[in-house]
Amino acid sequence: MEFNFQFDWQAAIDSLPFLLKGLPYTLLISFAGLAIGFVIGIVFGLMRIGPSRWIRWPAVVYVEVFRGTPVLVQVLFIFYGLPTLLGGPIDALTAGIAAIALNAGAYISEIVRGGVQSIERGQREAGLSLGLSPPQTFRYVIWPQALRRMIPALGNQGIVSIKDTSLFSVIGVGELVRQGQVYIANTFTALEVYFMIALLYLAITLSLSLALSLLERKGLVG
Amino acid sequence: MNDSANRQETAQSSGSSPIVRLEGVNKHFGRLHVMQDIDLSVAQGEVVVIIGASGSGKSTLIRCVNGLEPFQSGRIEVDGKTLLPNGASGKSLQAVRTEVGMVFQQFNLFPHLSIRDNVTLAPRKVRGMTRRQANAIADRLLERVGISDQADKHPTQLSGGQQQRVALARALAMEPRLMLFDEPTSALDPEMIGEVLDAMRELVNDGMTMMIVTHEMGFAREVADRVVFVHGGQIVEQGPPDQLFDQPRHERTQAFLSRVLKH
Ligand SMILES: Nc1ncnc2c1ncn2[C@@H]1O[C@H](COP(=O)(O)OP(=O)(O)OP(=O)(O)O)[C@@H](O)[C@H]1O
Ligand SMILES: [Mg+2]
Repeated sequence: MEFNFQFDWQAAIDSLPFLLKGLPYTLLISFAGLAIGFVIGIVFGLMRIGPSRWIRWPAVVYVEVFRGTPVLVQVLFIFYGLPTLLGGPIDALTAGIAAIALNAGAYISEIVRGGVQSIERGQREAGLSLGLSPPQTFRYVIWPQALRRMIPALGNQGIVSIKDTSLFSVIGVGELVRQGQVYIANTFTALEVYFMIALLYLAITLSLSLALSLLERKGLVG
Repeated sequence: MNDSANRQETAQSSGSSPIVRLEGVNKHFGRLHVMQDIDLSVAQGEVVVIIGASGSGKSTLIRCVNGLEPFQSGRIEVDGKTLLPNGASGKSLQAVRTEVGMVFQQFNLFPHLSIRDNVTLAPRKVRGMTRRQANAIADRLLERVGISDQADKHPTQLSGGQQQRVALARALAMEPRLMLFDEPTSALDPEMIGEVLDAMRELVNDGMTMMIVTHEMGFAREVADRVVFVHGGQIVEQGPPDQLFDQPRHERTQAFLSRVLKH
């Protein structure tokens, strides 16, 4: 087969302003979803190591359900399925944020659980032996150490979730991929546009990696 | 039996009412009966050293005194507060812990905090001290254990002996009425054992009430008012160090001592 296709840098650069309109949505869904997911993850992660099975059990169910089903199905369920239950539409952006929050929350629950459980028993005992209450021991002794250990896994989850938002073009959120599809429909420059989209994702995820590695390094000393 | 007569004697000879009293304490780990009807009193200012073979229940015994181990029956009184079986102690649990300090075999310093903050954490959060007040106490105690020049470092930057001295300062910052030591020198390189024992000696001289689990028999003989020999979850024999080390009455004590004193 003859290779007669050229990468058109000009086309790639021309697409950029249009694509960048999708960036705020990608970032908003990612970071709002992850922030809520982090809160969910802390709550359910701690419930999973809670004192009674009535506390642990709901957390296990939540984690298994949202970790065991695809994000794409989750967002389709929320966007197309839930409205028939609720009797009113859910806007695509909200559905996207909710899907990321619930999905990342399930994984982060496991990260939180693992992080907290990785702290040696002696740390808790030392805190308690000094007269700190169990919540104080958690707050001042266990959690800061656990959080530091969780950073690499949290960063990993952040990257996964950021990439997951690309699936939400299916419900019409004007994020990066959706913008690209619209642009390509008019210009037929798929190669250049998807290449640029890939670069934009890479820029986001690399920034996150960099930020986290700085945080981790700083954390080790201070 | 003559064990209990012996115990009575010792508690009375010290002249004041006991600060710690265990009465009929039983504890099981599953089917393992690790504390069998333990009665033990410690008088104010008394230094009690607990010895016994590995797995005999020494750690479990002293960890019950500050409620780190729950027990199934009996009662433990510490400075007028009562610990009850099966975690029913309620508020007295934390009250006891604020008045009882503990030094662990593995130091258990908080690695995310500076040496100074390791010492000030509990005074600030439990006693409500300001950072300045707590720092003043920390600096005095770190000076006392010879670590004052390392206050801004982190635990991992210190040697084992230094870490254990910080752990001691950390416990003392709460001004405990009683100190528990669970093999404080067992995780140390030999050349660092001396510095930790020196710091403990100083505490003995200050009149601190102490319960010490240790394999340092020379140290035990030197500082103990009373030595308690534990075997299989029971107190087999106790008495003043000279008597217990030189004329042990019970054959299990004799067997244990002949093993540990040989090397
Ligand atoms: N959390 C636990 N669960 C089950 N068994 C335990 C637990 N902790 C201790 N034991 C058992 O209880 C017994 C007494 O343990 P303990 O730690 O009090 O002994 P020790 O005299 O301090 O021994 P060592 O000199 O090795 O420290 C041992 O047989 C031990 O295996
Ligand atoms: Mg032990």
